[in-house]
Amino acid sequence: MEQSLGTQRVNRVIFVIMLILAILFIAPILIVLMNSFKGRFYISDTPFQFPNSETFAGLSNYTSGIVKIGFFNAFGLSLFITVFSVGLIVLLTSMTAWYITRVKTKFTNLLYYIFVFSMIVPFQMVMFTMTKTANVINLDNPIGLIVIYIGFGAGLSVFLFSGFVKSIPLEIEEAVLIDGYNPAQSFFKIVLPLLKPIAITVAILNVMWIWNDYLLPLLVIGSEWKTIPIAIQYLKGGYGSIDMGAMMAMLVLAIVPIIIFYLFCQRYIIEGVVAGAVKG
Amino acid sequence: MQKLIKKYFPLFALPTLIAFTISFVIPFVLGVYLSFTEFTTVTNAKWVGLNNYMKVFADKEFLNALWFTVKFTVVSVVSINVLAFVFALLLTRKIKGTNMFRTVFFMPNLIGGIVLGYIWQLIINGVLIKFDVTLTVSAKYGFWGLVVLMCWQLTGYMMVIYIAGLQNVPKDLIEAANIDGATKFGILRNVTLPLVMPSITICLFLTLSNSFKLFDQNLALTAGAPSKQTTMLALDIYNTFYGKAGWEGVGQAKAVVFFVMVALIVLVQLLLTRSKEVES
Repeated sequence: MEQSLGTQRVNRVIFVIMLILAILFIAPILIVLMNSFKGRFYISDTPFQFPNSETFAGLSNYTSGIVKIGFFNAFGLSLFITVFSVGLIVLLTSMTAWYITRVKTKFTNLLYYIFVFSMIVPFQMVMFTMTKTANVINLDNPIGLIVIYIGFGAGLSVFLFSGFVKSIPLEIEEAVLIDGYNPAQSFFKIVLPLLKPIAITVAILNVMWIWNDYLLPLLVIGSEWKTIPIAIQYLKGGYGSIDMGAMMAMLVLAIVPIIIFYLFCQRYIIEGVVAGAVKG
Repeated sequence: MQKLIKKYFPLFALPTLIAFTISFVIPFVLGVYLSFTEFTTVTNAKWVGLNNYMKVFADKEFLNALWFTVKFTVVSVVSINVLAFVFALLLTRKIKGTNMFRTVFFMPNLIGGIVLGYIWQLIINGVLIKFDVTLTVSAKYGFWGLVVLMCWQLTGYMMVIYIAGLQNVPKDLIEAANIDGATKFGILRNVTLPLVMPSITICLFLTLSNSFKLFDQNLALTAGAPSKQTTMLALDIYNTFYGKAGWEGVGQAKAVVFFVMVALIVLVQLLLTRSKEVES
């Protein structure tokens, strides 16, 4: 259908409005980037001024910030925890979801409802007791933290996988079982490849949560280990002033990996998030 | 087939269940129990009945946080959803650059709450300094700062869900209404809105629970300043646990109250909006 002249004109106006809004949306990040090159005392008072010969600080904020919070260690730890937690969540919860969907007993039914229930329980409800439990059974280390993430991620992930498993016809699995596959083979060779779309959704939702999570890792491993959000908050320290220069530089370093990741797989991310929301 | 799969319980369900039990089931049950006791470490709990709950509702800081959280949730849920819906309407008109705008508006959602808080602290203080005040001078600055921050973070996320909903509205329904002489606003109200109700249900759910449970952004932006006036519920519970010796039981009771409120809000909202959904 051809657009009428009037519609074209309206659309041009909307385009301009959207463009202005888009610039406003990016501006906060650009302002932080700009300030990360200014001396620490020139940031708070005049954040909207470009660096000039007097205020330009080169990369000194980056070098001092990286040393101060041990940025590369924090980055490595965040990466390690996110990759292994999400990988294991996808594998283990897809298996569990398949099991409780295919085996229909009172017990599996109850399990399903407990998983769904856990989704609406706010973290503060279990914050203190979970931290104590983790301490008692020696899970207060990065490996233990991964176990805890599997448990916390299980609710939403099992729920999303279960919805998808229900839509896979039983006949395929029955046929391969008659052909001599055992259930494990039938899951890994037949069912798991079919779960790929929802697995991407589950992975993305969990990456967004775990990579940015602050309070849970702080309570469980925060006394010895720092993920990126913990390291950034650590810059604020107790009382007294923040090193604004280092803060700006570290905010930039925290954002850059996410934006690169986003630009490379934004289609999957947006579609995955929408699919997760619509199913959830 | 069910019998065959059942034997695979240890492989398929047990790992997830162990992690889930450690990080959710035990802490949840223990948490409910401890809210009726006085304790400093979990092992020395002493039963005190409803004492903690009485202290919760007599605690000015808690009531203040509750009121602040309710106000904030109402304002941010309304503004985020209105903005997101308008953005979605404008971006489904086939204007140039739709994909680019979608990419830009969604991006802030990937940045973690702690980082978001410090980005906006810089921007808002930069504006306020022109009027010789800072973010922590009055609670109203912190309030509106949080609202702006949440709009920036969540509008794009809700927008992509609304876009998906709007794209599912059948074109011929709109055209039929057009031919029947319905006004643009009439079509929006009587055709489009009822048909995107499922998207509205999801978006209200996500914005409600995210706003009500907000923690990271609150901590990084104001940390409750001035004098705890901008403390939200989640932060107040955290402060009670880790800032007030001897108040652990009260903290846990606050957490139970918090959980019950979240559950009620979410259930009521889901029931209300689900009942308005129609089939197209």
